[in-house]
Amino acid sequence: MLDQTSSQIPQPAEAAEVLIHARGLSKTHGSVQAVRGIDLDVLRGESFGFLGPNGAGKSSTMKMISCTSPPSGGTLRILGHDPVEYGSAIRAHLGVCPQEDSLDTEITVEENLTVYARYFGIGRKAAKVKADELLDFVHLGDKRKVKVEALSGGMKRRLTIARSLINDPDILLLDEPTTGLDPQARHVLWDRLYRLRQLGVTLVLTTHYMDEAEQLCDRLVVMDNGVFVAEGSPRQLIERHATREVAELRFPPGDHRAVAERLSDLCERVEVLPDRLLLYVDRGEETLRAVSDRGVHPVGSLVRRASLEDVFLHLTGRSLVE
Amino acid sequence: MTVSTTRVARAGVVAARPTLWRNLARQVPAYVVVFRRVLRGTAFSGFLAPVLFLLGMGVGLGSFIDQNSAGVGGAPSYLAFIAPGLLALHAMQVAAGESSYPIVAGLKWTKFYHAMAATPLRVVDIVLGALGFILVRLFLVAAVFSAVLVAFGAVTSWTWVFAIVAAVLVGAAHAAPTMAVAGRANSESWLPMYFRLLILPMGLFSGAFFPLSQLPAALQVVAWFTPLWHGVELVRGLSLGTLSPGMTVLHVGYLLLWTVAGTAVALRTFGRRLVS
Amino acid sequence: MSVKAETGASAQPDLGVPSLRMAHWRLVYRHVVANRRGWIVFATGFLEPIFYLLSIGVGVAVLVGALPLPNGDLVSYQEFVAPAMLAAAAMNGALMEVTFNCVFRMRYSKLYDSILATPMRPWDVARGEVTWALLRGGLYSAAFIIVMVVLGLGRTGWTWLALPAALLIGYCFAGIGLFVGTLMRGWQDFDLVQIVILPLFLFSGTFYPLSAYPDWLAAVVTWTPLAQGVHLTRALTTGSPDLSTLVNVVYLLLLGSVGMFLASRRVTKVLQP
Repeated sequence: MLDQTSSQIPQPAEAAEVLIHARGLSKTHGSVQAVRGIDLDVLRGESFGFLGPNGAGKSSTMKMISCTSPPSGGTLRILGHDPVEYGSAIRAHLGVCPQEDSLDTEITVEENLTVYARYFGIGRKAAKVKADELLDFVHLGDKRKVKVEALSGGMKRRLTIARSLINDPDILLLDEPTTGLDPQARHVLWDRLYRLRQLGVTLVLTTHYMDEAEQLCDRLVVMDNGVFVAEGSPRQLIERHATREVAELRFPPGDHRAVAERLSDLCERVEVLPDRLLLYVDRGEETLRAVSDRGVHPVGSLVRRASLEDVFLHLTGRSLVE
Repeated sequence: MTVSTTRVARAGVVAARPTLWRNLARQVPAYVVVFRRVLRGTAFSGFLAPVLFLLGMGVGLGSFIDQNSAGVGGAPSYLAFIAPGLLALHAMQVAAGESSYPIVAGLKWTKFYHAMAATPLRVVDIVLGALGFILVRLFLVAAVFSAVLVAFGAVTSWTWVFAIVAAVLVGAAHAAPTMAVAGRANSESWLPMYFRLLILPMGLFSGAFFPLSQLPAALQVVAWFTPLWHGVELVRGLSLGTLSPGMTVLHVGYLLLWTVAGTAVALRTFGRRLVS
Repeated sequence: MSVKAETGASAQPDLGVPSLRMAHWRLVYRHVVANRRGWIVFATGFLEPIFYLLSIGVGVAVLVGALPLPNGDLVSYQEFVAPAMLAAAAMNGALMEVTFNCVFRMRYSKLYDSILATPMRPWDVARGEVTWALLRGGLYSAAFIIVMVVLGLGRTGWTWLALPAALLIGYCFAGIGLFVGTLMRGWQDFDLVQIVILPLFLFSGTFYPLSAYPDWLAAVVTWTPLAQGVHLTRALTTGSPDLSTLVNVVYLLLLGSVGMFLASRRVTKVLQP
């Protein structure tokens, strides 16, 4: 029998590589329904992303997965177990990097790791060794005696990631890992996350940055208003919900619906934004010429490959970063 | 959506030279909002706490003290002795409390003062505005407290009316230096020490609870230099009607000295924090 | 309901239940580390009640003279007030730690958010905070009792038992405070805590005997928690314990435990919404 194991927790019959399993999962805060019934399976070694605007329910979902907020409805299994019943045991195998840095500002960089290790029951000596290793990993080796307050935003985030790795987690949960960081700090952070992927760590992250999702995720869901509106690899989503190329026509701010009407037969779809039109087409340069032939002369134009931004725009009718 | 095209009327932006009074007046609405928020806390610290202290120390403990003696330190009863002492002490505590953590919060956490500094307000306007806000509340607190003293029958002279103003002065003499301390970087880690090693001992050994003459001579000399002792003597003298003109001038002068010196340092520390 | 990638019983991590029996000490360890650098602030904490004691000793005591104990013995005012200061400091320290500091850590520094992402459970955090409050209070109380003995304010060997008594008072108020802390919405509620603490401090027989009150009032005050604590410490330091001292012990233990129990019912709801 499968549940005959030495550990005190009954092992589930469906033990598999599915690390996160949810069916009809929902979360209600007071009268607000933040998550409205989502189905989800995340496999070991995957890098899985939740993409969506602020308020889409990403953070609520992450809190339930990190076993710090009980689900209001549906089924949730993390590492095969019920987080309500075995939250503490499951959390021993998770790494959590929250959206707001919750570093301990009263102690030093190194102490943030060694003290945190104690919460996992890691011995003092082992914690010190692990802390050294992780500080090198996130390039903070020379800051170990510094108080957290003195760190830059990017350094704090890297320290938070190092902290979330102190227990060699099976799943690393990252809530908006690069929000608020400057471009250089983002790239340093991404570089470290790639490395973790190579090492086989299962990553689950939320983001409202398209480029981040494209860079980091094997598979992602687009979340809006508490539900998933699409799921797939970044490439699949773009293929499914956008065209190969996008022709952007810039106009002075105003109402461009009339122009869009005139051009609608030139493309598969047209999105109207306050300062531009987006024409979804397969060959952008040809479309620009056709536009010009019709006597429409935008103040600027460009052709680019379709991105997740276009997917999101198509799925929700809204721009992601408003 | 269109951006609002309503232009705020600003006559003579360049021509108008900033004046202190006008700039202070412009901070009033902001502080009215703050005041509404802290009203309950002020009601407690301003009214309930002193009444409780008067009941406990003045009436309760006083009943045992008055069995032993006919008057303490020139006052007819322990209640009459300690009541003005408590008023001065309370003024110091409210002043120190309001000019420490709230100031640090405004400089460091909420950036309330930075928001002000981004307007035409100057550092001097902001510092005096913050100080003024504390003094206005102190005035209310002192007025209520004095009324309670009268109700308890703890004052024996009509000059107690001036004790209200004196209590505000005691507050100013402690609020301004405390603001200077709070304005320094890393001040929040030193504020507990400031309260523990300066404010608390000063409150306990500056003549509010017992006459200074009971202290060892060396400590008496130390106490003479504390602003609180001058404050206690001033308020008590006005409450009992036992103050000579010479001593009045000395006490008021000494308290003003602390106020002015504290404000000057506070201007510098605020300047370093807000304009740099 | 099908599960994707159902590949059988492979590589499921062995979720051994981590031992959490002493997990609250992990939070205590954090507080020790955090206070190591600010040790001056920590160490001078014990000065506060001693300042009070000295102020009363050199000043007010001269005015008051001797006061009667409940058993009728007369003691000097210093002897009368010192154990009350000890009890009041134990109350104050415990209450401040589990209300003020805990609300700060919960709502502002977000310390608990990060701790609760580990195997630590809300109740481990709550026990950790109470343990820390008692350890800290115990150190301060010990220092205070030593000063009392040095000043000759402890009459007999019973004086040393005032230390466990102070811990018991700390436990009682930490338990109540923890429960109250789970009900608090933010800073604005601290005014309410102050409104309760100050009368307890002033009227619990701390500065003068309960005989100053009319009989009915004295009877009511006797059963308030700090009055029980003061009665207990005073009996010990003046060397006059009797059966009522035992009642004090039971009372404080019971009330503290009720507070802890009520807090344990609420703390998960508050920390893991």
